[in-house]
Amino acid sequence: MNRTYELMFIVRPDMVEEEQDKLISTLETAVTSSGGNVKSVEKMGKRRLAYVVRRFHDGIYVLLTVEGGGGLIHELERRLRVTEPVIKFITVRIDEEQKRLDKIKAIRDAKRKTPPPAPAPVPEAGGETAEITA
Amino acid sequence: MAEETRATAVAGSERPAGGDRPSGDRPSFGDRERRPPRPGGPGGGREGGRKYFRRKKVCKFCVEKIEAINYKDVRLLAQFVAESGKIVPRRLTGVCTPHQRRLSLAIKQARNIALLPFAGRAS
Repeated sequence: MNRTYELMFIVRPDMVEEEQDKLISTLETAVTSSGGNVKSVEKMGKRRLAYVVRRFHDGIYVLLTVEGGGGLIHELERRLRVTEPVIKFITVRIDEEQKRLDKIKAIRDAKRKTPPPAPAPVPEAGGETAEITA
Repeated sequence: MAEETRATAVAGSERPAGGDRPSGDRPSFGDRERRPPRPGGPGGGREGGRKYFRRKKVCKFCVEKIEAINYKDVRLLAQFVAESGKIVPRRLTGVCTPHQRRLSLAIKQARNIALLPFAGRAS
């Protein structure tokens, strides 16, 4: 039952700060009352939407990371659906992806530690990355 | 991007089509406009021999060792979305199959939450 989900939702742009906090706290209590726990809350702020949603061009994005089971997510989604200022939401399960990333990272770290006489390819790769990102 | 490939095409090949005419006094761009070089792809020998040297495309995610393809990373995803909002195919971008799979999933999730457009530019 211990799965990690990311719950991203958009509220209407004219929602005031206190109401956002109220909505988030009600969601948090809903999570804790059904046995999960909230790992993080991030208000990503106002952002322009890529397309018009319910006649809104902008929206305030909120990201919630939640630990719990599927029933909890069901309840949260139901709540978001009936909450009027929420115009869009998406839930993504992230624990398996995170596990995969951790595994890759562990493998990379192990590789880096075991063969030390390989200094040439490392700066080259770093330089390339910097060049492309710059 | 097209400008760059065009320049390399002119510089890196013998230009059999446009080589017989002087390029200075004539509007030579008509010749180029007819067949704009595509940004990539293997081969290029549609009319016999090799015309241009194309750089071998590599998977950006493999080269830069980007493992996390997340729907929230709009900057990254936008590089693989055409102006029209379409996902750019692998054969144009050079992304390897496993990464393209994750990429397309992430793009679709981003579309769902209005981070990327379904069609057209982000207004």
